[in-house]
Amino acid sequence: MTSTRARAIGHAPLHRIALGPALVIAAAGLVLVMLVSACVGAVTVPLADTWHVVLAHVTGNTAGLDPATDQIVWQYRMPRVLLAACCGIGLSVAGVVLQAVVNNPLADPYVLGLSSGASLGAVAVIVGLGGVVGGVGTSTAAFLGAMLAIGAVLLLGQQRGRLVPTRVVLAGVAVGYLLLAATNYLQLRANPNQLREVMFWTLGSVAGATWDQLGLVMAVVLGSTAGLLMFGRRLNVLGAGDEQATALGVDVRALRLGLLAVASLLTGVLIANAGGIGFVGLMIPHLMRLTFGVDHRRVLPMAALIGGAYLVAVDLLSRTADAPNELPLGIFTAAFGAPFFLWLLRRNQSIGGGT
Amino acid sequence: MTRLDIAGLAVDLAGVPVLRDVDLTVEPGCLLGLVGPNGSGKSTLLRTIYKSVRPLAGTVLIDGDDVRGLSTRAAAQRTGAVLQDAAGPGGLTVAETVALGRNPHHGLLTRESMSDRDAIDDARRTHRHDTVRGPSGHLARALAQRPRLLVTDEVTNHLDIRARFEMLELVRGLGVTTVAVLHELDLAARCCDRIVVLDAGRVAAAGPVLDALTPEVLHDVFGVHASADRHDDGVIRIRYDAKPLAARGD
Repeated sequence: MTSTRARAIGHAPLHRIALGPALVIAAAGLVLVMLVSACVGAVTVPLADTWHVVLAHVTGNTAGLDPATDQIVWQYRMPRVLLAACCGIGLSVAGVVLQAVVNNPLADPYVLGLSSGASLGAVAVIVGLGGVVGGVGTSTAAFLGAMLAIGAVLLLGQQRGRLVPTRVVLAGVAVGYLLLAATNYLQLRANPNQLREVMFWTLGSVAGATWDQLGLVMAVVLGSTAGLLMFGRRLNVLGAGDEQATALGVDVRALRLGLLAVASLLTGVLIANAGGIGFVGLMIPHLMRLTFGVDHRRVLPMAALIGGAYLVAVDLLSRTADAPNELPLGIFTAAFGAPFFLWLLRRNQSIGGGT
Repeated sequence: MTRLDIAGLAVDLAGVPVLRDVDLTVEPGCLLGLVGPNGSGKSTLLRTIYKSVRPLAGTVLIDGDDVRGLSTRAAAQRTGAVLQDAAGPGGLTVAETVALGRNPHHGLLTRESMSDRDAIDDARRTHRHDTVRGPSGHLARALAQRPRLLVTDEVTNHLDIRARFEMLELVRGLGVTTVAVLHELDLAARCCDRIVVLDAGRVAAAGPVLDALTPEVLHDVFGVHASADRHDDGVIRIRYDAKPLAARGD
């Protein structure tokens, strides 16, 4: 009792903010960051012109646009902005869900061996073993690798036909190391150019985004995010422990398996398209809990919007900080995220008892 | 008012028999104390009621409805459970914890309604009796379920003596049909309408307090020399002998 009260008092003031206004502000922030990101680059396009181009495409009335501006904003920058947003949204939401489902604050979208599986698939193709895996592209190989890894982890994480959170996490870590060993071996055989490509892939990048790939990515991200958002209340109940959650009407077994499957599919698609962007899926969920309280009905939508905005901003930095060179996203997600996260952790006294 | 009828219940956990031939009836509005040594199957019996384990044989009927035919959610609409050492969902406020009790009454997309608000407010009013001591939000959460049947598993364990009495008083006052697993025989004898004694997965004795907690049962099941008596003030107390320990296995 005392600890519950202490926690309640220890929450940051934002905990009391009504969800509605917070969502509106965050959504507006996301749109604004995306527009700004589409403005900035080697050629800076004024915000108004960018807005004009986007609006024209959304309404389908593209006649009379300046072809050069249209090319830069819509063909070149918009795909990567959207892919960055999708990655931010998807990884953050998957992170929230996984942490709740395996009941482990250290869980992130990659903890279940997904990224190691994807890396192995991608690296195999990059170093020229594409023939071995059937001549598929990097993305497909990465996706297949991720799905095989998670499949193995979910099989190994069972005990008497039931997923046990601790076992799932441990199996994920073990499978991850195993696949990493194979990946490292392949890297030894790579030439410097291939190594650079491998590095970009493992640290994540949205530089190569095209409209062609976005249809699938956006459908998966929006679909699964919308689906996962419905489970906020159930995730809260799951936090009371498996037994109590059952008594509160939750089919724990089905819920855990279903949510793991959706979160894994979501993460797999993102990894396949943008590589292993680390730390977002760990940091954004905790950031949201620290600022808005642990109620998943608040945390999930806020994580989606803020996570999306964060990764769009990080992508902007990654291509302007050292222009005209591009830097991998993973460097920035950690370099900017970690200190901020640590500061917040220090400031907030409520961490310790619970997640 | 709700009645509970359990008949011929048998449960195995991981291949090990835990309950056998358990028959048990709780009349509407009755507070039943479920007692027995550690490992006698008390918590497992409760688990069959809130549908966390599937019995090998036998039936659990709530107002005549077999829980086997109910979904987890439908079962939770009928039965509220307050479990032993239930972890508070990390960092939820008391209000949020209590609100979890409405979960069984919600689909994935339904929003909180007026009746949810009422149930939560009522539950918290009950809870306010003992804001500092007491069962924290867990009993209130179960009450927010608006359960027809309440099961509690050693909820008095970590409470100080006053809070224990308050807790049981509170549960009694609800008038909801209740099965309470209790460790302390004194508390069970004093507060419960009827007692069921479990021993190694079987019902060793059942009935009104004085009929169930006989010196023989106390000796054979609990291994102590003691007797339960109704005193002049109407309260049933357990009196332990000067040397309460019975010889092991005798």
